[in-house]
Amino acid sequence: MRAYVEGVGLCGPGLGGWEASRALLAGDAPYQPGPTAVAASELLPAAERRRVGMPVKLALAAGREALAAAARDAAGMATVFASSSGDCDNVHHMLEALAAPERQISPTRFHNSVHNAAAGYWSIATRCRAPSTSLACRDASFAAGLLEAACQVAGDGAAVALIAYDHPYPEPLHAVRTIPAAFGIALVLARDATDRSIAALDIAFVPGETAATPVAVPGLEALGNDVPAARSLPLLTLLARGSPGTVDLEYVSGTHLRVVVAPCA
Amino acid sequence: MLPGLAAYDCRNNRLAQLGLELDGFSGAVAAAVRRYGAERIGVFMGTSTSGILETELAYRRRDPRTGALPGDYRYTGTHNTFSLADFVRCYLGLRGPAFVVSSACSSSAKVFGNAARMIAAGICDAAVVGGVDTLCLTTLHGFQSLELTSRGPCRPFDEERDGISIGEGAGFALIERTAQANAGRSLLLGVGESCDAHHMSTPHPEGLGAKLAVQGALDSAGLAPADIDYINLHGTATRTNDAAEDRAVCELFGTGTACSSTKGATGHLLGAAGITEAVISLIAIEQGLLPGSANTRRLDPALRSHYLLDNREARVRRVLTNSFGFGGTNCSLVLGTAD
Repeated sequence: MRAYVEGVGLCGPGLGGWEASRALLAGDAPYQPGPTAVAASELLPAAERRRVGMPVKLALAAGREALAAAARDAAGMATVFASSSGDCDNVHHMLEALAAPERQISPTRFHNSVHNAAAGYWSIATRCRAPSTSLACRDASFAAGLLEAACQVAGDGAAVALIAYDHPYPEPLHAVRTIPAAFGIALVLARDATDRSIAALDIAFVPGETAATPVAVPGLEALGNDVPAARSLPLLTLLARGSPGTVDLEYVSGTHLRVVVAPCA
Repeated sequence: MLPGLAAYDCRNNRLAQLGLELDGFSGAVAAAVRRYGAERIGVFMGTSTSGILETELAYRRRDPRTGALPGDYRYTGTHNTFSLADFVRCYLGLRGPAFVVSSACSSSAKVFGNAARMIAAGICDAAVVGGVDTLCLTTLHGFQSLELTSRGPCRPFDEERDGISIGEGAGFALIERTAQANAGRSLLLGVGESCDAHHMSTPHPEGLGAKLAVQGALDSAGLAPADIDYINLHGTATRTNDAAEDRAVCELFGTGTACSSTKGATGHLLGAAGITEAVISLIAIEQGLLPGSANTRRLDPALRSHYLLDNREARVRRVLTNSFGFGGTNCSLVLGTAD
């Protein structure tokens, strides 16, 4: 299946946006680790802005950057949200409240606990009523989202925004499910090439194990393995370099995705 | 649990296994494996809370000194959102693509769309779809906090309806390409999806998102409203859902198309509601039975759709079924039968 990348959004530790990170992802500047900085989203109405947690802000920030680069109107665009565990912070606070004798949780905590909270806030923020899928595939959530988005693009031909994000659990869940950093990545994918196309991706589902393509940027190797959404980094480095290449992404056990990247002139 | 799958042991996956063992389902999947190969069959599951109950209970047993979770607690096979699809894939011995769709109460309707797209794209020849949700403190206390739970058994479309009854359930379907569909086989004719873009826990009051999903399903099936013999409504029995859905249905279908919610009988199965109501819709077609609305006593006179209180026998060829969820997520399916 072929899809053209029209826009990229990025938000990670020391990675303050796609444009700001291109040089280091291309290997032309050193990587400086730092916290994941996410600005409050102006997309949301004030009431909603107060209610959303960091993971949702992360998704909105990445999505917004990708949409702007693609110069597409978010209001009409289908979306695929991929995350291992959604808003981990919110879930932890809810679990603490449910373990207390009163078992009292706030309505906002509860409706924010749904895995599709990011998709819900995105649609409110962008006034988008187009179809949206929120999926989870543990460490392979980005690969699963990419496969779903590619099927959509190949199917009805409409462009899709793929938004993958993950956020650390606080303790005690951090000890049993360690997501070491917050990371958000968005790709606008379209069926046909336009003057905004960055690269063509040929995406194939392949039965059989393979070694995942490592991240070829010193300092980013661990991030690219330990944060599900950051498993997109080998693909992002090719896009940043403008080089052709092949990326193998680990998918569900015994399978992988093979992505052949061809930059657009 | 099956030997070798103990890592997945939790209430949610136990209910999944119970479902997989019923009605010859596992055998039907095994036959599909012989036809297509295990790597050509996908697994797309819906759940809202997966096995979070395990973590809810473990949070009561944290080490008082360090706060650590108890040593016997396992996260990956239970609480993690993907564990349901992972378990089902392992249980059935499948090796194709898999993921969980978790969009609250539309989850296990939306997986029909994911499966149809994967098959259309040539990634799979068949797919196991379905959904499982089980009782947990998160949903019980969460819906209570929103004052959305009924004092008694829920009463969809009743003038005195006062909220949902939370249930638990598991359901599965095996989807294959239509080229082989013999007469009488069940068909997935259309899928429509939309977002409300309105509010996280309240539907759009005019049913805007619902209308888009229904229209999308009709369009993808190539059908007109008059081609639908029965609508299985989302019909949760909250004041707001039933009013908004009634409005959406009347604007698209008028007031003549028979419809009902079956949640008065099943309760709201949340992430398993979509698959359960898809199965009820297929039974309606197979048996020529339009299900009435259990526990609804007096129809809300403000609602105008042709709502069935009692079972009725009729020829049913095509059914539309609605599933809506928090975050303003909507999905409608059109199901039928091969001539």
